Amino acid sequence: MDFSALLNDPNFLPWLIPVGPLLAFVIISLLTNRSRMTPATSAAYGGHHPDYEGMLVPIVTDRSRIASIIVGMSGVLAAWAIAYRVVFDALGIADFGRSVFTSAVTWMDTGALTFKMGVLVDPLTVIMLIMVPLAVTMIFIYSIGYMAHDPRQSRFFSLISLFAGAMLILVVADNLLLLFVGWEIMGLCSYLLIGFWFEKRSAYNAAIKAFTTTRIADVIMLLGIAYLYFATGTLSFREIMYDPMPTHDSAAAVAGEHDEGVAVAEGDHSETVVAVEGEAVEGEAIAVAAENEGDHSEGAVAGAEGEYAAEGEHVHTWAIELAETPAIFFGGISAAGVIGIFLVIGTIGKSAQFPLHVWLPDAMEGPTPVSAMIHAAAMVSAGVYAIIRMYPLFEAGGHPHDGDLTSPLMLMAVVGSVTALFAATIAVAQNDVKKVLAYSTISQLGFMMAALGIGGFIAAAFHLITHAFFKALLCMAAGAVIHGMEHGEHHVHAHGHGHGALPAGAVGALPANVGGGAVDPLYDAIPDHGHGAGHGDGGHGANAHDEQPGVSSHAHEVGDEQGHGFDPQDMMNMGGLRRTMPVTFITFLIGGLSLAGLPLITAGFWSKDEILAEAWLGTTKGFGPHALVLVCLSVAAFLTAFYTMRQLGLTFWGENRTEEAAHANLGRGVVSATMTLPLIILSFFAITAGFVGVLPDFPILGGIFSPEGAPFGEFIGRTLVEEPPHLDFNIIPVAISFIVALGGLLVGYLMYWRRPLTAGQRDPLMAILGDSIHTTLRNKYYFDELYIAVFVRPSQWFAKNVAYEFLDKGVIDGFLHLIARLFNFVGDLIKMLNLWLIDGVGDGIPEMIGRLGKWFRGAQTGRIQQYMLLVLVAALVIGVIFALSSGVLQAAP
Amino acid sequence: MIPLWMYLLVAAAMFCIGVYGVLSRRNAVAILMSVELMLSAVNINLIAFWRYTAPSDMAGQVFTSFVFVIAAAEAAVGLAIIISIYRSRRSVAVEDVNLLKG
Repeated sequence: MDFSALLNDPNFLPWLIPVGPLLAFVIISLLTNRSRMTPATSAAYGGHHPDYEGMLVPIVTDRSRIASIIVGMSGVLAAWAIAYRVVFDALGIADFGRSVFTSAVTWMDTGALTFKMGVLVDPLTVIMLIMVPLAVTMIFIYSIGYMAHDPRQSRFFSLISLFAGAMLILVVADNLLLLFVGWEIMGLCSYLLIGFWFEKRSAYNAAIKAFTTTRIADVIMLLGIAYLYFATGTLSFREIMYDPMPTHDSAAAVAGEHDEGVAVAEGDHSETVVAVEGEAVEGEAIAVAAENEGDHSEGAVAGAEGEYAAEGEHVHTWAIELAETPAIFFGGISAAGVIGIFLVIGTIGKSAQFPLHVWLPDAMEGPTPVSAMIHAAAMVSAGVYAIIRMYPLFEAGGHPHDGDLTSPLMLMAVVGSVTALFAATIAVAQNDVKKVLAYSTISQLGFMMAALGIGGFIAAAFHLITHAFFKALLCMAAGAVIHGMEHGEHHVHAHGHGHGALPAGAVGALPANVGGGAVDPLYDAIPDHGHGAGHGDGGHGANAHDEQPGVSSHAHEVGDEQGHGFDPQDMMNMGGLRRTMPVTFITFLIGGLSLAGLPLITAGFWSKDEILAEAWLGTTKGFGPHALVLVCLSVAAFLTAFYTMRQLGLTFWGENRTEEAAHANLGRGVVSATMTLPLIILSFFAITAGFVGVLPDFPILGGIFSPEGAPFGEFIGRTLVEEPPHLDFNIIPVAISFIVALGGLLVGYLMYWRRPLTAGQRDPLMAILGDSIHTTLRNKYYFDELYIAVFVRPSQWFAKNVAYEFLDKGVIDGFLHLIARLFNFVGDLIKMLNLWLIDGVGDGIPEMIGRLGKWFRGAQTGRIQQYMLLVLVAALVIGVIFALSSGVLQAAP
Repeated sequence: MIPLWMYLLVAAAMFCIGVYGVLSRRNAVAILMSVELMLSAVNINLIAFWRYTAPSDMAGQVFTSFVFVIAAAEAAVGLAIIISIYRSRRSVAVEDVNLLKG
């Protein structure tokens, strides 16, 4: 095989896209992850782990750091280069989507069925391949600076490479199983990376929470996949949703359960079936399909689905077949409906939707690049991507644009809109700079889910891409803010107060205090776990702060308090950061405005506008779900703009509320350069990524950006067999977008920018909402507490009382103890037998012999005369006997 | 002529005296002497039976000569042993020589 030809073959190249990061993972894990042992108290370890005092801990060597960075970067850059090569090949093909890049190998040959694993690049994959490697590369660059002095930097790069590799596997997969493989590897990576600073209790708790929560959903998703495979005998996306279904007799052979569905269908296709009977079905599938189309329209007329006949050109895919097949359980729902619901539940877990959203805010315990990875490039995007990927299956049997929602679509619409609104309300009351972003991510994912629920396939994909860009930007900018605040904190401790004797618990201050000298570049590189005790209780750190609004001002007077109470993530401690961190401010502002959907110039506006336009279109036709989505999303969009403005105002505007904030900056040198460069690049995309989706008939701008139809929509629409209808420009949804975005921004401006908060001042929101509502929101509607009460406690109770006390200690231990007793008893019996019989005989024989010997010894007197006497007696006796017996005496006279 | 039974009686008496001596004397030399007595009694028997029953052949005398030789050898070896015992133990009493006692 000609290797260079292979490398130029776009059908083959997608295989290589995930290889780079995966190889980097292997190389870093096996080769460059070398450590040396250092006392846990040394500054190189961060000096923040009092639990480990006097213990040697491994710290990655400098050479390994550099090698890991080089290997990790090369891996991701290779993936980027190959991905963009494929992307440009794809963009060069006019009718891409009808033809795709794909290749597959036989993975499992089970006799009747051949399971194929392969890669598929269709328009949707192309879009993801534009976004994912770009965002991942930016995150990698950012990580160089952010993790520069972390003791486990190599481990970080190895895991995040695996994360990136898994996302790329998921993107290029051509079947649901391979997608699920990537999906699960990402679950693992998120677990490992959220718990990356496992010294912190909150971090490992968050890791377990994330893993458990997503696992629940994944199991259900796996059920959906299993059912899909059971019903169709394939998991390939194209075979299920694009290619015409193979003939019905083969389908019947594959899934014998479809009696009813097939019975109807077989009648329609009887001629076709006869034609291909006995031939290889696969080879004939296309030829048959041509005939199928005609046949099917008749069949559809005969059946309940009259619409198909009217459309005529419908391709009868597996998805549609499934939609006509009743499920084997849950009477009344079609097979496609059940599978769809299962897959949607998988996404609800992965993309942190309403009932399973609790893990995502806690996941902020991980290092900031991981947050960016989870929130933008991978993980939560993967959930929505999986839905978009399988969309025809969800849609099959319904027509969302005509108000006919299938059950999975209905589920998505409701869950999405509820989540969007619910998370947005929580976000307004959060004071932790990262928590706000976490809830905004949940909310924005709700937008996507809601859009998908009402048929906004293009709108959801569009929002997925733009959101990835601005959310990656926001996460990393927030990381930079936290970094800067820590820098300020160290600065204050080094210069500000000079309190010599810190209380034993004041761990936040260690390295700076010991150094005591001028601020050096090291400080800006100590990552945000440098304040272990500062928010050691995780999510509650911010709460504790809120309950005493005055604490930050007190912190100045009572120097010793600072080591304990200062939380560099708390926005109440910030303010005025625009002066010391201008680049971060500008980029954060751009990302924030894009999130808020500032009209016309930001990417977020265009994608959100499209979702609202979809919802509006349905609402005008009087469809309930569309109206629900429209209302929820409009309010959520308003709140989004508001909390973004609040966040920006609290963080960057006004005066410094703490001395730490006054000294917050990223420093100079490599660290700050690698951290700001990705921000600048991403802020470019946070603005421009939206222009590819401008509706063609949008006044003025439509003519500039999309004279021949919206490029994004045109391109990605070809993923589907039936291209989704293109939206027409409508002034009302645009007006809604304008009003909610500008309104939210304005309210936020009035509350937090015009009169910025001063130190110690209460959040004006508290006065407006009232304490009880604000407290409820701040505590996230007590969902964590609810889940603890409903799930965690009972399962702990169950584990302790039923599983441990009863099952383990009672039944299993009891059974074992019983057996042990029984055998002890038998052993005792045998022991007694042994003692009595065997030992008795064994000891008895020698004893008897000994006794006999002892008795016989008496004969051996050693006196020769005695012996002689005995001999004489014996001789006499023998003589007498002889004499008597031989008759000598009788013979004598 | 003196009848045979008288010889036999003398020989028996001598033998019994010898047996008594062997069994009762403490002195090893005396025991040895008693053994000689017994041997002499046997010799008397042998000669007496030869003379009265079969004087034509020499068997009785030959046997007696053998017994003399053996008695001489026995006396030589026995005395040597006794002297050796006496040298080491300063005693010839047989009850002192009890190393073989069990």
